[in-house]
Amino acid sequence: MIFAAKGGHIGGSLSSVDILTSLFFHVMKYDPVRPQDPARDRFILSKGHSVEGYYCALAYAGFFPEARLDEYGRFGTMLYGHPTLKVPGVEIPSGSLGHGLAVGVGMALAAQRDGAGHRVFVLMGDGEQGEGSVWEAAMAAAHYRLDRLVAIIDNNRLQISGPVDAVLRSSSLAEKYASFGWAVREVDGHDFGELNAAFDAAPWEPGRPNLVLAHTIKGRGASFMENESSWHHKTPTREQLEDAMDQLDRAAEET
Amino acid sequence: MSAPGISSRHAFSSTLLELARLDSSIYALCSDSKGSVTLGAFEKALPGQFVEAGIAEQDAVGIGAGLARSGKRVFVCGPACFYAARSLDQVKVDVAYAGSDVKIVGISGGVSYGALGSTHHSLHDLAVMRTFPGLSVFLPCDNYQTAAVTRLLAASAGPAYLRLGRAPVADVYGEDRPEDFVPGRAVQLHEGRDCTIVAAGEMVQPALGAALLLEAEGIGVRILDAWSIKPFDAEAVTRAARETGFLFTVEEHSRYGGLGAAVAEVVVETCPVPVRILGFPDEWAPAGSSAELFDHYGFTAAKLAQRVRAALATRDRR
Repeated sequence: MIFAAKGGHIGGSLSSVDILTSLFFHVMKYDPVRPQDPARDRFILSKGHSVEGYYCALAYAGFFPEARLDEYGRFGTMLYGHPTLKVPGVEIPSGSLGHGLAVGVGMALAAQRDGAGHRVFVLMGDGEQGEGSVWEAAMAAAHYRLDRLVAIIDNNRLQISGPVDAVLRSSSLAEKYASFGWAVREVDGHDFGELNAAFDAAPWEPGRPNLVLAHTIKGRGASFMENESSWHHKTPTREQLEDAMDQLDRAAEET
Repeated sequence: MSAPGISSRHAFSSTLLELARLDSSIYALCSDSKGSVTLGAFEKALPGQFVEAGIAEQDAVGIGAGLARSGKRVFVCGPACFYAARSLDQVKVDVAYAGSDVKIVGISGGVSYGALGSTHHSLHDLAVMRTFPGLSVFLPCDNYQTAAVTRLLAASAGPAYLRLGRAPVADVYGEDRPEDFVPGRAVQLHEGRDCTIVAAGEMVQPALGAALLLEAEGIGVRILDAWSIKPFDAEAVTRAARETGFLFTVEEHSRYGGLGAAVAEVVVETCPVPVRILGFPDEWAPAGSSAELFDHYGFTAAKLAQRVRAALATRDRR
């Protein structure tokens, strides 16, 4: 997709795609034929730039035909470079960072007031934690005891300009969320066993919102991209694309 | 016209409570502003439909959007100065771009907060809000119209921005002048053929006063209440340009980007006539109550009448 479109956010898509796979193909309850089913679990991609992995997950989950993924990057497509409500399965547009957690709080609060049993999952970036609005929402989630809200941080430790801790230190995210009143678990964000177990068990503590701090590798799966901030948004050459696809295919065969 | 009684905030909150009792999907949110919005009775009567977000306007709008995506009709209420600036990105993305059923109710708009200073003024809100596709923008002028627009918002889905003033104002409408308000349709409050004043919000009252003063001198002034800033009544404005030939706009807003701009955008394309945009100049206002600031900047009936008189005299000398 990114190669054909000549643009996209490849690094963060690769670091978060295992999280999406766990959520969309193991954890969440939804019916792609009825995307507005009130009982569905909700997913918000707060780090809206990791859209390529998200579109793939939605297509493979059945929200729209996989063939439409080829439209990405073309004029007039519903597949913008950040999610919009034109795409079936998307719950809220995103792309401006720091918005998703508050929207998730609203959705979880509505579920709580309505006595509904579904859960709300919000995927954020670690660089995104620099947005103050994230922390407003973190306070509200704990205040309203939204234990059916599950926030996930794709902790790939890199943002567009370099290491997160060099740009604006966000270390001890686990302690920060815990001090806000959240239940926190740290997992290997590329280990489906750990991801599934953490998500399946939520809510972990009655009355506390849940944070999954998922340790990930930016550019995961393509050795030349891994942990390279320059691959935040870069288009691979044809040779790089073939190399990455070979590596991913070999990894898939080994598992 | 009746004497000032309760403020438009009360007219809004009592109407909203009345409607929310009948519709459990109606939610009110505030940001440590339930006192100033006068939502205390709402919270007491319907705690399950009330949400306190604390001093966190961005969060309030985001939570409101999340509730709306879950089937609620949400009124996010607090000072216009903060909702139209600090949480503007959330209004743009989570409300307008998403088409969420969220009504942003900016109380104490314009210079309502007076001497509290420019941190608390919102003289830019119409300019920014009216550029977001899909977001309606309404600026009622009295309690009757405020209650009517609140009913309208509670009965229709989609994003909207409602700006209210703070001080109690005399009614323009009422039992003696009942009016059905339709979005996109201005109300002609006074007929005249020499010029037109297009006004909105608290400026409608002094504009009407000016028209009455000028009428006594034989100058006919048409008054249009452009309460629906968006959608905007281009037809009424074009007709006024064609039939009266000279337009004035009066607004409690920067001269840039607000009602005056909306009027000018219409007439330059449909019927170019002189337009005088009367609004707040490009400066930070001095300390003073809203009444003192209105007087300072010439927004009283007498001073508006003088502006109209002078402008028409200049035109007629040419």
